[in-house]
Amino acid sequence: MSGANLFGMCGAALAGLGLYGLITNPEPLRKILAFNLLGSGVFLVFGLISRRAAAAGFPGDPVPQAMVITAIVVAFAATALAVALVLRLLEQTGRATLSADNSLREKGNP
Amino acid sequence: MTSSFFADAGLVLLVLAIGASTIFARKAFDAAVAFVVYGLLLAIAWVRLSAIDVALTEAAIGGGMTGTLLLGAVARLRSAEPDSTRIGLPVRLATGVCCALVAAGLAGALLLLPEAAPTLAPAVRENLVHTGLGNPVAGVLFAYRALDTLLEKVVLLLALLGVWSLAPNNAWNGIPGLRLYERPNSTLTFLAQILPPVGIVVGIYMCWVGANDPGGAFQGGTILAAMWLLVIIARLEGAPSIGQLWLRIGLVLGPAVFLVVGLAGLVLANGFLAYPPDYAKPLIVAIEFALTISIAAVLAMLAAGPPKQVQQQ
Repeated sequence: MSGANLFGMCGAALAGLGLYGLITNPEPLRKILAFNLLGSGVFLVFGLISRRAAAAGFPGDPVPQAMVITAIVVAFAATALAVALVLRLLEQTGRATLSADNSLREKGNP
Repeated sequence: MTSSFFADAGLVLLVLAIGASTIFARKAFDAAVAFVVYGLLLAIAWVRLSAIDVALTEAAIGGGMTGTLLLGAVARLRSAEPDSTRIGLPVRLATGVCCALVAAGLAGALLLLPEAAPTLAPAVRENLVHTGLGNPVAGVLFAYRALDTLLEKVVLLLALLGVWSLAPNNAWNGIPGLRLYERPNSTLTFLAQILPPVGIVVGIYMCWVGANDPGGAFQGGTILAAMWLLVIIARLEGAPSIGQLWLRIGLVLGPAVFLVVGLAGLVLANGFLAYPPDYAKPLIVAIEFALTISIAAVLAMLAAGPPKQVQQQ
């Protein structure tokens, strides 16, 4: 297995890890973090695709690389918006949770 | 060959371990710090994949900017009531198995890729001369996939609009409430005084050199944004109120210049976002400079968050 393949496997594992965190962690901020991990794993998979397509004197195909750069910037913009939403939720309700039971319980027993 | 393979394997193990610790850490603060380290390690992985432009972007935006954002959010979420939701062990195990299957499927797909990889590299090599650029990634970003790059800037602006519109009514046109520390300490103040002059030069250099070598508007703009944030966090200079005219002009300058050049391409060249052959490089460099300013402003404002207090008259 070549070194580039190793990073591809690493990307696949990171995507799985991120997906696990996204599903099992109840805190919204940790979900955002896990989503970023998932995203970076997918980017790394793209890195392997780019490296494999090395040709014409370039060490990798520049097209997937440019797409990953765009993706990183867009992922940051989405993260910033998501974090702002969580903070607004905290301001509005005093808690930062997505759990529906909590808010129902609060309404039931004031 | 083998020694570099072992170095790569070590790096992969390190990335996986730090990545796992961002998921399994007990405290959100630990997870956010681990994420910054993770971003920097991932940048080294991108260097090993010979994608220097991506490595710079990952280190600057993936690690640095996202890390700042998460740390700021963790600090503000301290006042939140802890979430008492607990997910049972059977559900976690089942999720773990399913996620492992997803990862295994992805890894299997990568290992079973056809021997001859499809590539666009020869097409880029062939056409790069017409742009006058030496950096193939910049060529792709600003010539062959220029529409992607333009729309990505619009996405950044839309995200900022979204963040700003989360402000309460009375805080509109106020000042972003970026607070990481209760009171600035002397180390932070010292860094905020000594780093920006160097950082600004490095940021502009990154943008300039991006035409021929790894670098460019994204990476340069991020460094400029980081310097601005450092000065704001150390409270040497207040954050601007979001209604300031100069700020708003700075935010839209890059996409506006890009759009004007793109529209001019309809008349002067053979289509939208096409460049006249003799002026391709100067036009691209001009767009990159305008974009650097806008990216710096948008990223800093995104990290600073929605406005909090009404500006004092």
